[in-house]
Formats: sequence, structure tokens, C-alpha cells
Amino acid sequence: MNLTLKIWRQKDANDKGKMVDYKVTDISEHMSFLEMMDVLNEQLVASGDEPVAFDHDCREGICGMCSMYINGEAHGPDRGVTTCQLHMRMFKDGDTITIEPWRAKAFPVIKDLVVDRTSFERIQQAGGYISVNTSGNTQDANAIPISKVAADEAMDAATCIGCGACVASCKNSSAMLFVGAKVSQYALLPQGQVEAVERVQNMVAQMDLEGFGNCTNTGACEVECPKGISLENIARMNREFLRASLKG
Amino acid sequence: MSGFFKSSIGRKVTMALSAFFLMFFLLQHFAINILSVFSPDTFNEVSHFMGTNPLIQYALQPVLLFGVIYHFVMGFILEFKNRSARVVSYAKNNGGANSTWVSRNMIYSGLFILIFLIIHFMDFWIPEINTKYIVGDMSGLHNGSFRYFHELQEKFVPIWRVALYCLGFVFLALHLLHGFNSAFQSVGANNKYTNGLKGFGKAYAILIPLGFIVIALFHHFNH
Ligand code: HEM
Ligand code: SF4
Ligand code: FES
Repeated sequence: MNLTLKIWRQKDANDKGKMVDYKVTDISEHMSFLEMMDVLNEQLVASGDEPVAFDHDCREGICGMCSMYINGEAHGPDRGVTTCQLHMRMFKDGDTITIEPWRAKAFPVIKDLVVDRTSFERIQQAGGYISVNTSGNTQDANAIPISKVAADEAMDAATCIGCGACVASCKNSSAMLFVGAKVSQYALLPQGQVEAVERVQNMVAQMDLEGFGNCTNTGACEVECPKGISLENIARMNREFLRASLKG
Repeated sequence: MSGFFKSSIGRKVTMALSAFFLMFFLLQHFAINILSVFSPDTFNEVSHFMGTNPLIQYALQPVLLFGVIYHFVMGFILEFKNRSARVVSYAKNNGGANSTWVSRNMIYSGLFILIFLIIHFMDFWIPEINTKYIVGDMSGLHNGSFRYFHELQEKFVPIWRVALYCLGFVFLALHLLHGFNSAFQSVGANNKYTNGLKGFGKAYAILIPLGFIVIALFHHFNH
């Protein structure tokens, strides 16, 4: 199929940037969206132009790097997929596709479609871990019984790959689905209880400091999340935060 | 605790608490207003009680005023902060693909409710305060009988006011279609009852404003 692409081009963080139109031809419907971008870039290199910079790594939906806002939706029109898992059969011959970087004050553009998501890392560093003594006499994990329900819910929360689609989709650029998932994966397990109070307070404080917006429960994040992280995780984070505020 | 009120989640929770109070007040307000359709005498008596009971006047009324003001001021603050969390907006954004129109436009439905509330206060609240606390007439009487029902009927004679009130309630319904259930999520209540509550929330959001519209129309056509 033949397509018209409208892509955000920005030389570096300080450049103003603008949308630029490109044409690609003979795109197979079996290609992934990133493969289509590869075709475009080969074309650009061949003609001596600067290729479009975009993040990617695993190309199988597990690393969370591929961050494109396609036709007004994070990771494009399909559900439960990242951009690398998006197939070109979701589009029709002759379509015009608009491709933009994630937009959020806390995700500044580095170049073209590449954004700086280290704000997520700083939130994780503020409390997204448990402190365990690994001196050699570590306890056997199975020594602490955990119900199947709790284990499943914690595992579901832990499937968040930190892609930032929730922030990109949210009209408030809120990171609460991400932080809710990261708080929940520990809040549901006994191992997470020791640091529970400081964890939620520190992570929320860092989230606010980074300049993410405030959740108004539109639910856009849950719909666009490639891993199906549920809004229940935001509610759980709110409860954890309330409990922590009352305690400390 | 001061950190709580400055934090995003803390503000979200207080927003929801003020909204819960407003939704409870709305129900109470409706229960009294509907009396005016069925029994003007009962409406008069209840109005007089509400208007002169010291507990209601000096304790609940200030809480209500605070609740309304807190809700819309915090609403504006959060809207402003949320807008500034995205410096460059998308060239193409398909909001309808992942969220409802009402949830994305709470500030606009809220803004219209605010305009309505200002007019509503000038229509009823300010004259009441004037009669009771400035003129000093706490009797509730006019020409020997209770004035409340009569005053209510008078207000709904001009069609422009009836139309404005109806429109105000349409916006209130839109606000509550998202707000009712959103408030529960904000305070962390998302559990096995949430799905059932969604239906209840929709019913509340449509039926209560509709009830107010019926009352306004009733008095316009029956005076
Ligand atoms: C006075 C004018 C008003 C303004 C400017 C206003 C504005 C807002 C804003 C900006 C929000 C936050 C958006 C969100 O969380 O989705 C909100 C939420 C809400 N409002 Fe209002 N509002 C007003 C009046 C009312 C009234 C009269 C009621 C109820 C009778 C009400 C009920 C709610 C509810 C239930 C929520 C959801 C709270 C939450 O998500 O935690 N609002 N309002
Ligand atoms: S919650 Fe979903 S959308 Fe948000 S970062 Fe995690 S995986 Fe991505
Ligand atoms: S490249 Fe790893 S998730 Fe898409």
C-alpha cells in the first residue's frame, strides 16, 4: 500500500520542530509499524536526508521503548499493543498517518519522535523497590505464603513496561496509571509492607515534582495501555496514599 | 498533613469529598423542592424550618458555601495545572477513542453550572439573606401567610429564566454523568460494587436534574 506520513521533525531539544510530509510506497500489510518506519528511513538515507529518530529495542512488546502517537492515539488505533506490535493491516492504501512524539512536560522531546522518559526512572528510584538483605542467608521466597488472588493481581500490576502511553493519552498528562501499577505490585504482597508508607509518599511526591498532571478519571490510560493495566491500580494507590498520610 | 493538601492525590480526594457533599446537598434540595409540586403548605413549612433553624443556618449553610467555593476554585486550579503539564499539544488527538466527552469536558460543564449558580444565588439566596438578616424579618410571612411558595412561583413566570434553569440542569447532568462515579474512584473505592454503582450513578445523574427541570416547568405552566 501507498501512504502519506505526517511526521514530527525536531533536530534537538532546543529546536522548535514541525510536521513534515513524506510518502512511502509498496508497504506490505504484514509489516509492523516500525518496519514501515524502517522503509521510510532507508528511503531518506538513500536520498541523503536525515532519518527519522524513534525509540525501539525489543520489537516484541516487552521493553516499552517504541513511543509513537499515531493518528491521535498512543501506539495507534489497535488495542493492547505497542507500536512494534501494530500491524500495517490496521491501515488502508492511500491513508494519511500522523505520527507525533509523546507530549508531556515531563517527557521532553530529545529528537524527532524520541522523548526523555527518565522522569519515570526517578519515580521508581524514589520507592519502586523493596530493600532485601542479599548477604547470602536470603529467605526462600516460598516461605511466605501468598494467596493466588494477591499473587495474580500483583503480577498483573507488574506487567507494566513503563512505556508512558498512559501519560501520552491522558488529557492531563497524568502518570497515575504507571505509578498506581508500580505501587500496587508491592502493596499486594507481604514483602512490600515494610516500606509501604514511605514508598507511596515518596513516589507520589516525585511524580508531582516531575510535573505530571492530576488524574480526573477519564480512563483514557487504561484503554490505551498495551498491558491492560486497570484503573483499580490508581484506586489502590489512592487508598495507600490516604492510609500513609493518616499514619505519618 | 500539609503535604497531603498540596499533593496531587490529596487534592483529588478533597475534590471528591466536596463533590460528595454537593451531591448529598443536591438530593436534599430536590426532596424539598418536589414538595412544592405536591403540597404548597408542606413546602412552606419545610422552607421556613430550613430558613430559620439555627443549626442549618449557622452550621450547615457555611459548610455548603465553603463546599461550593472549594469545589470550583480547586477545579480551576487543577485544570490550570493539568493544562500546563502538556506544553506542546498534539497536532492530531483522537480523545473520543479512549474516553467519554463528558469526562474530558468537566471544566466546561462546571463553568456553566457556576454561571447558573450565580444567577440562582441572586434569584433566591441573596433576597432571603436580605429579608432575614438585613431587613430583620424572620417571620417568613407576607400579607399574613407564608411567602416561600408564592415567591417560588413568581420566579418561574419569565420563560427566559425557566429556559436558563433547564439548561443549567442539563449541564449538571453532564457533569454528574462523569463526576458521580469519578468521585468514588478518587477516594479509592474501586471494588466488586463499582459496576453496580455505575448504573446507580447514571440514574442519579439523569433523574435528579430531570426532576428539577420538571419542577421548573411545572411552576411555569401552573401559576
Ligand atoms: C460551581 C461550579 C462547578 C465547577 C466549576 C466544577 C468543576 C469541576 C471540575 C473541574 C472537576 C474535576 C474534573 C474531574 O475530576 O473529572 C469536578 C469534579 C466533580 N464535580 Fe464539579 N464543578 C462545579 C459544580 C459541581 C456541582 C454543583 C456538583 C454536584 C452537585 C459537582 C459534582 C462533581 C463531582 C461528583 C465531581 C467528581 C469528583 C472526582 O472526580 O473526584 N460539581 N468539578
Ligand atoms: S501503565 Fe500501561 S501505558 Fe502506562 S507505562 Fe505502564 S504499560 Fe505503559
Ligand atoms: S520496541 Fe520494545 S515494546 Fe516496542
